[in-house]
Amino acid sequence: MVGNSLGTDRPTKYAGAIDCDLHPAVPGMGVLLPYLDDYWREMVSVRALDRLNLSLTGYPQNAPLACRPDWTLDGGAKPGSSLQSMQQHALDRYQPRYGILNCLYGAQVFHSEDMAAAFCRATNDWIRDEWLSRDPRLRASIVIPVHNTELAVAEIERRADDFRFVQVMMLVSGEVTLGRRQLWPIYRLAERLDLPIGIHAGSAYRYAPTPVGWPSHYVEDYIAQSAAFENQLQSMIAEGVFAKFPNLKVVAIESGLTWLSGFIWRADKTWKGVRAEVPWVTRAPSEIVRDHVRFTMQPIDAADESEAILRLIDHMKSDRLFLFATDYPHWQFDGDAVLPSGLSEALSHRILSENALATYPRLSKTDHAMEIAL
Amino acid sequence: MSIIDVERSQSAKYKLQVIDCDIHPAMTSWKEIHPYLEKRWIEHLSVYGSHLRHAFSEALSHPRMSPDAARVDAYPEEGGPPGSSLDLMRKQHLDPNGVEIGMLIPLRWNPGSQRNLDLGVALTRAMNTWQVERWVKQEPRLRASVLVAQEDTVGAVAEIDARGGDPNFTQILILPRTDEPLGRRRYWPIFEAAVRNNLPITIHVGGTNGHPSTGGGWSSYYMEEHHMVAQAMQASLASLIFEGVFERLPELRIVIMEGGLGWIPSFSARMDKHWNRLRSEVPQVKRPPSEYVREHVWFTTQPMEEPGSSAALIDLFDRIGWDRLLFATDYPHWDFDDPRTAFKANLSESQRHQLLYGNARTFYGFGK
Repeated sequence: MVGNSLGTDRPTKYAGAIDCDLHPAVPGMGVLLPYLDDYWREMVSVRALDRLNLSLTGYPQNAPLACRPDWTLDGGAKPGSSLQSMQQHALDRYQPRYGILNCLYGAQVFHSEDMAAAFCRATNDWIRDEWLSRDPRLRASIVIPVHNTELAVAEIERRADDFRFVQVMMLVSGEVTLGRRQLWPIYRLAERLDLPIGIHAGSAYRYAPTPVGWPSHYVEDYIAQSAAFENQLQSMIAEGVFAKFPNLKVVAIESGLTWLSGFIWRADKTWKGVRAEVPWVTRAPSEIVRDHVRFTMQPIDAADESEAILRLIDHMKSDRLFLFATDYPHWQFDGDAVLPSGLSEALSHRILSENALATYPRLSKTDHAMEIAL
Repeated sequence: MSIIDVERSQSAKYKLQVIDCDIHPAMTSWKEIHPYLEKRWIEHLSVYGSHLRHAFSEALSHPRMSPDAARVDAYPEEGGPPGSSLDLMRKQHLDPNGVEIGMLIPLRWNPGSQRNLDLGVALTRAMNTWQVERWVKQEPRLRASVLVAQEDTVGAVAEIDARGGDPNFTQILILPRTDEPLGRRRYWPIFEAAVRNNLPITIHVGGTNGHPSTGGGWSSYYMEEHHMVAQAMQASLASLIFEGVFERLPELRIVIMEGGLGWIPSFSARMDKHWNRLRSEVPQVKRPPSEYVREHVWFTTQPMEEPGSSAALIDLFDRIGWDRLLFATDYPHWDFDDPRTAFKANLSESQRHQLLYGNARTFYGFGK
């Protein structure tokens, strides 16, 4: 937890890792203007959209969780909005081989499907030009308007040949549960293009974040994210997504992790009792999770993180599920304790890079593609 | 999910002694509560029925996988739904399973979810009297629960105060799908009444509030709906803690009923971790959330977790706290837990006795 590892972890012990969760921030809508078409550029001007602060309710800009104190930027700039600072705080310090950018901007949550699509496209273009092209270690997730499958598919197709885009990203809470068949064209394409579906904590707030309504506090919203992950896995399993798309991978990003034991116990038992309702689910949910779902390792919801990881590996009967991540610039750990201490060399190696390479096939392809480009 | 064809002999290696915290009584016909319901509401129900925030007035939106969500062997020969025959309940459950005390959890009509608040309150009043007259007075092993319509705080408090001195009642019953998270200020008078009357608040799965069952929309299948029951419990618990309810009312006791167990340690750790980071938002929370859970909350055991190894189950109990676990069967529902086979773990006799009997006896103050 807090402070106990300050000074005891050398940042270089993570060298060569794959950091599966870095958050670049759009500093303001102005940077996206070059990537909008004439109509949307005009709308930004006429409607003064660029004066809107699109910070997500799920990540209040100044909340302690949104930015580690020593990672704040000068002049109150948005945490994560400077590539130079990300390099200084995370990329140069921990020396990952790759870092995967997950941009949490308002683009994908506009109610207007057209507006969402235009801003997602612009965000992806901006990420490509201002981040991926400026640091060869960086890779990115494709931001999509999840609530319009056709437009989402078009945006993924637009990125298909750029192997630096290694994943499709969705917020864990959107308009419909993620197993629903209306989303399947997204999964079909993602499977074909070797793009895992990265489900990131966060909500479009179409509905109350809990089944008992709207809590008073941000801390309750954030805590409820782990329940949202459980429900979305249960949705994808029950609807048969993984039976339909046997090569599809899902990555749960910033989920908290330790809820997984309780999830598989409950899901397996429920499935045994009600499987007649979902005859296409022919394997226990725990097996499906083991084959298809991966988890980033910040935050780890436990007082003793290494004990929790070992317990989870025991319950899941697998050490291939967990992926190294800093969650930069979110404040999840202090000092250089990105991974809990006390894990074996072999396990650390799996977590740092092996598991991610197996999860993101396009990471391996980029090496090759870049050689060709050079 | 134990199918009940095992021999029920009391000559097993030890005599069962059980307190069952979750038994669902049913009505043979809804006319059973007419004597306790004003004529106005009898007519109202006949004409308009239930008025809830979902599509069917008399059915669940996610149909269950067995009729009446019941065990197939729980239908009385004389007719009526499972749970409606005291005779069968004795023969099938109370006698052979060594149930010394059984807690009634009536679920009919969802009074707390009725959009017509006056109807909700009238139903709780009638169903509370019905529990005593139809069940507890006929069978001394049974105890009633004070059903309340929590969305009408005034009506709920009046009902609690009316039943508080009646030893037939052992707890206050609220279904978790409340209109707002349970810790919100509008519900505080109910908790104050609970403390005043020295009754725990029991939160049993159920209710409808119009909110989708997940923050990302409605689930398609009962398989999903059944899973998220635990999440509704988590959100209710988090709300009670983060609104500071336990700081205001240090004597308040909560029972989470049928919400599962596997999530409790990780959820407590999650609350601690993020409270630690975000505590400036909630100065009313003075201690790590897990401490409030450990001191104020008990959990019933059905549906029992089956992690696949005895060691994992015992580790889970260790982390929750053995003294917090109250045995329940959920009779006559389909996922009934048999006291002989529910715990798939190597328990000592004293551990088994503590779970099946001792904890509930202490918690509810039986035998004092």
